[in-house]
Amino acid sequence: MAGESQSTVGYIQHHLTNLTYGKLPAGYERLDESGHVHEVLTQDTWTLAHSSVEAAAMGFMAIHVDSMLWSIGLGFLFLVIFARIAKRAHSGVPRGAQNLLEMIIGFIDQTVKDGFHHKNAMIAPMALTIFMWIILMNTMDLVPVDWIPAFMAWVTGNPHFFFKVVPTTDPNVTLGMGFTVFGLMVYFTIAKKGFMGFVKELTLHPFHSPKWYVNVLLVPINFALEAISWISKPISLGLRLFGNMYAGEMIFILIATMFGAGLVLGIFAGVLQWAWAVFHILVITLQAFVFMVLTIVYMATAHQVEEEDQFH
Amino acid sequence: MNINLTLIGQSISFLFFVWFSYKFVWGYIRTAMDEREKQIADGLDAADRAGRDLELAQEKATKQLREAKAEAATIIDAANKRASQIVEEAKDVARTEGERLKAAAEAQIEQDVNRAKEQLRSQVAKLALVGAEKVLEASIDESVHKDMVDKLAASL
Repeated sequence: MAGESQSTVGYIQHHLTNLTYGKLPAGYERLDESGHVHEVLTQDTWTLAHSSVEAAAMGFMAIHVDSMLWSIGLGFLFLVIFARIAKRAHSGVPRGAQNLLEMIIGFIDQTVKDGFHHKNAMIAPMALTIFMWIILMNTMDLVPVDWIPAFMAWVTGNPHFFFKVVPTTDPNVTLGMGFTVFGLMVYFTIAKKGFMGFVKELTLHPFHSPKWYVNVLLVPINFALEAISWISKPISLGLRLFGNMYAGEMIFILIATMFGAGLVLGIFAGVLQWAWAVFHILVITLQAFVFMVLTIVYMATAHQVEEEDQFH
Repeated sequence: MNINLTLIGQSISFLFFVWFSYKFVWGYIRTAMDEREKQIADGLDAADRAGRDLELAQEKATKQLREAKAEAATIIDAANKRASQIVEEAKDVARTEGERLKAAAEAQIEQDVNRAKEQLRSQVAKLALVGAEKVLEASIDESVHKDMVDKLAASL
């Protein structure tokens, strides 16, 4: 909530900063809240960032503790529950949890069968993981934005303790999944078509000529086009999810800033928050579904041995 | 909004979770679902088969019933025929027997008549002789006139 000690901008910024644990370089000047130099580091130090400036200064050698905690925690939550149900699954009349799980699995199995016509037992479990995991991570968005950060501030005794609860509003998380999908695409392409097949795919498409000397000229053009098309896949995957969730989270935060502005605005904000949450349920499931379907499509492309390749 | 190690952490957890769900979730559930699908398919098949069997059994029963009816009709026919035949035979037998009895009776009667005639004839001859004796008294020699008297008796 936008208290007296925090400006609205500060409040928003606080909500958008991850709990970052990383390495600050030697010689870095740590500032306290009033902007004075608090300490100068004499050596590289692994520590929690006290501000978004420090988090930025850590560069690549840092990790978002809150994102990882929530994403891994939620992943384990659903997988452990699913595994327990799955272990007791029987072919009799399904009841309760097993029924629910079978509905989800049946739905995903159907989606995979529609989009992926090759033999690979990993694709369906991967689709299940993506779908359930992203849904759960996105659903954290429906928890009122102040609850968990306020709770963590109370637990740690630090009112400025950073704690973001929606992992998918962290581009690292979404891009991490996007690039993993990308890596798997490359892996399956090479596994299916050989390394030369992969190279051919990058250089002999989309322009192709039967004359070899023309082909040589076309290779750089093809490569440029194909490289863009390949690299855009993981980035669009990651950024689409991130953008949607980040925007949604942002609106929740903006609505939350109204809570401190009097009774009338507060009630109005409550109504708005409820309405936005209802709308957001759609975004949550849709984004998870889109991510899953695109992954299936990319995997199918990776497995696709084109007829043309067989003649070369 | 910094890109950092979280990216790699997320990638590793993603791969791990995919493996985990492949190993501990998907297989078990799919197996259970496939088994159930098979059971249902088998059940439907069995139901189908049972339906067909029932139909066949009904057909068979109808056929047997029809055959039985036909057989019964044949038997009744034969029985009727046989009955009328027996009646006919009995009639024949009765008629023949009747005729035989009648013939026998007639023969008996004729025989009796003949015998009576014979007796009568002898009686008459005797009577005539006795009468003639009476009339003629001694004039007639029995041995001489016997032929004449016998001729007389035979003409009776």
